Amino acid sequence: MQHEKTHIVPYRTYLIILVALLIFTLLSVKITAIELGGLTVAAALIFASLKSYLVLTYFMHLKFDKIYIRIMVGFVFAVFLAVIIITFLDYYFR
Amino acid sequence: MSQVIHHDEHYDAEGSKIGMWLFIFTELLLFGGLFIIYSVYRFSNQDAFHLAAEELNRTVGTINTIILLVSSMTIAMSTSALQKKQKKTTLALLGVTLLLGLVFLVNKYFEWGTKFEHGIFPGSQYMLDHLSQGEILFFGLYFVMTGLHALHIIVGMVVIGFAYAGVRSGRVNADRAALLENSGLYWHLVDLIWIFLFPLFYLIH
Amino acid sequence: MQASSHIPHDVSYLDYKGKHKGLLAWILSTDHKRIALLYMFSMMTLFLVGVLLGLAMKLELIAPGKTIMGAQDYNAVFTVHGVIMIFMIVVPGLPAVFGNFLLPIMIGAKDVAFPKLNLFSWYVYIAGAILVIISVLFGDGSPDTGWTFYAPYSFKTGTNMLPAIFGAFVLGFSSILTGLNFIVTIHRLRAPGMSWTKMPLFPWTIYGTAWIQLLATPVVGITLVLVSLERIFGIGVFDPALGGDPILYQHLFWIYSHPAVYIMILPAMGAISEVIPTFSQKHIFGYKAIVASTLAIAFVGYFVWGHHMFTSGMSGTAQYTFSILTFLVAIPSAIKVFNWISTMYKGSISLETPFYWAASFIFVFMIGGLSGLVLGALATDVYVHDTAFVVAHFHFIVFGGVGFAFFAAIHYWFPKMFGRMYDTTWANVGWIVFFIGFLALYSPMFYLGLQGMPRRYYDYLEQFHAANILSTLGSWVMTFGLAIVLINLFRSAKSGPIAGANPWNGKTLEWTVPSPPPVENFEEIPVYGEKDGPYEY
Ligand code: HEM
Ligand SMILES: [Cu+2]
Repeated sequence: MQHEKTHIVPYRTYLIILVALLIFTLLSVKITAIELGGLTVAAALIFASLKSYLVLTYFMHLKFDKIYIRIMVGFVFAVFLAVIIITFLDYYFR
Repeated sequence: MSQVIHHDEHYDAEGSKIGMWLFIFTELLLFGGLFIIYSVYRFSNQDAFHLAAEELNRTVGTINTIILLVSSMTIAMSTSALQKKQKKTTLALLGVTLLLGLVFLVNKYFEWGTKFEHGIFPGSQYMLDHLSQGEILFFGLYFVMTGLHALHIIVGMVVIGFAYAGVRSGRVNADRAALLENSGLYWHLVDLIWIFLFPLFYLIH
Repeated sequence: MQASSHIPHDVSYLDYKGKHKGLLAWILSTDHKRIALLYMFSMMTLFLVGVLLGLAMKLELIAPGKTIMGAQDYNAVFTVHGVIMIFMIVVPGLPAVFGNFLLPIMIGAKDVAFPKLNLFSWYVYIAGAILVIISVLFGDGSPDTGWTFYAPYSFKTGTNMLPAIFGAFVLGFSSILTGLNFIVTIHRLRAPGMSWTKMPLFPWTIYGTAWIQLLATPVVGITLVLVSLERIFGIGVFDPALGGDPILYQHLFWIYSHPAVYIMILPAMGAISEVIPTFSQKHIFGYKAIVASTLAIAFVGYFVWGHHMFTSGMSGTAQYTFSILTFLVAIPSAIKVFNWISTMYKGSISLETPFYWAASFIFVFMIGGLSGLVLGALATDVYVHDTAFVVAHFHFIVFGGVGFAFFAAIHYWFPKMFGRMYDTTWANVGWIVFFIGFLALYSPMFYLGLQGMPRRYYDYLEQFHAANILSTLGSWVMTFGLAIVLINLFRSAKSGPIAGANPWNGKTLEWTVPSPPPVENFEEIPVYGEKDGPYEY
């Protein structure tokens, strides 16, 4: 096997990401404490998506990996979303 | 499975990484099934879900979130440390990760404990007598989803334990880091799932 | 990759003497070829059990009223029959046997990416099978829910469901591990120069299948866990008494189980796509179209699960959508049929046993597929749902599709696997008897279903008698054919005439290595040049 070169991520990057993640966490706690009706769920999910994006790209190294792994991950999330949407074609229109 | 990988005769870091990702996909869809159930029942029992969520302790949830996020960072750093050939730092970071995992579990234990004291657990008579169907569903899902997640924390800790032993003995090193990287990936998956569990159970009321 | 190069190259995988002796040399071997045979023999055994149960059902149905068993026994028999046939035979079937044996050789690799994991999957498979057997032999009665484990009956019935459900879960896990292994193998271990568009079609279908195994199986896994938790703790998720929705169970179950039928049929199509060009001595027609349709089937097949639930009270919107998507999936399937036919056109066809099986595959597959459209259309499905028509449909597809392809594959690759040739006359006789029996067994069920005979009943009205007799006679003829085929293969594996490396003049890589292949398949990893391809005749 030829050696693929590895990318060493500096500690600082991880620290910055953690700070961002913590900020998003606190923001989502604060925002959902306000009475926003249906928007509460949306806000909570948006922050969760932002956080998972950061975890996937930096902690899980997608940013530094070969492109096809990123495509696979995107594909899996897309399939899952499609399944939820199709399931709701039943529950939403019942 | 990382165990299986590192015993192989030939070493293909990229191959075992793909293998780990594929395994993560299956885990995502395993929880995905539960998220489908959650969203369907939340859709049809909105008020009951809000009411039931009041019962959960936001502060404990937030603390556990922070714990997991920090532990994710430490294990990510441990890979960098290994690549920089700083064995001591690697081990220390892994140790911190394991410790944080343990704290998470202890918190969870007390959280579940209080629920049980209040008569809230699957199949309890109290729930049948006092709670609406929507609330029963909420708690049913709460126990299944956080329980399965806790199980993953335990598995993750075992895998990290193997990585720890490997780094110590030198079998896992800068040139053969797959076991450590893969346990890191697994741990981040556990974190990723919690990132969604937390708002869906604790923040929506 | 050099670590194990001390293994001599002139010893076949069958004769190789490693660390262990006797049976241990097999059940501890990480050689993909030995693992393939482990799967094959365990599946053969389970298959015979499944066939006996099928015969018992047909015997019961030879006359109205109770013949050899009552309602409860019949329920148990069709459940165990279905669980064995689906979860232990056709889902793992072609990937675990032929995928394991041939995938590495066809892409020019020495083994799969994770050989130990591969052996581990087999153990997981056996564990799952044992669990199911436990559920039959112990506890208060065999499972009686049908292989679908529908809620709420699956957690209300008093029979011994837990081991069976857990067994299905474990079998799913085995299937996931196999899929994972194959995807990594295909990504990492293709021979130098073998680009994606030069990969033979059987590995391509294994690849598509592996993705479905990976993405669909976990969903049924968690669903089965929930049913078990429901049984033990009463968490309420599928229990209408606690606010749960049993229809949601059906959604989740079919989110897996519909794609599962593509797990079964895609590798079957792949095997047929190998057999047809070889016996037509002609380049496969429309290679890219076949690859594209493989991926399209795998993808669209993920989104059609609701066609099993047209009568269970879904919303109208969902019904239309699922119906349309179901019709869409028929297109790529039809594309493949056209490709196979066009490959034969003006080829120099040699009428050997594998070709007979492949041609009859196309025939039964088309009948199965077209009847599927009847079921995919809303109006007609409401009429024939849960009748014998459905039983006929899925046996034509699943048994006709996977079973015929399996036999095509085994007759095609048999000389490669065992280094010996079978008796072609007996093989052909076996095929024709089996084929006739198959048609006599299942065709009457189309008619019976249209006449309104429900499935999963041990009894029926007098008016259905004649067609049922024909069907039962068919089951005997078919089993007779099956016996001829199997006995012929068994005898030939021991004492058939020696077959050369390439008896059929095939062009894919497995025909370049000796028969049976040496332990490490290739002395030197082959290299694909500009002009090389899998079907260059
Ligand atoms: C000798 C061979 C076989 C015979 C005689 C046979 C016969 C039958 C019969 C009579 C039923 C029950 C119909 C009903 O009352 O609902 C049935 C169901 C079924 N068979 Fe077969 N079959 C055979 C082979 C197979 C194979 C190879 C497969 C798998 C690929 C298979 C899969 C199934 C399934 C999934 C069911 C439905 C079980 C259920 O309703 O839960 N069968 N079969
Ligand atoms: Cu289907």
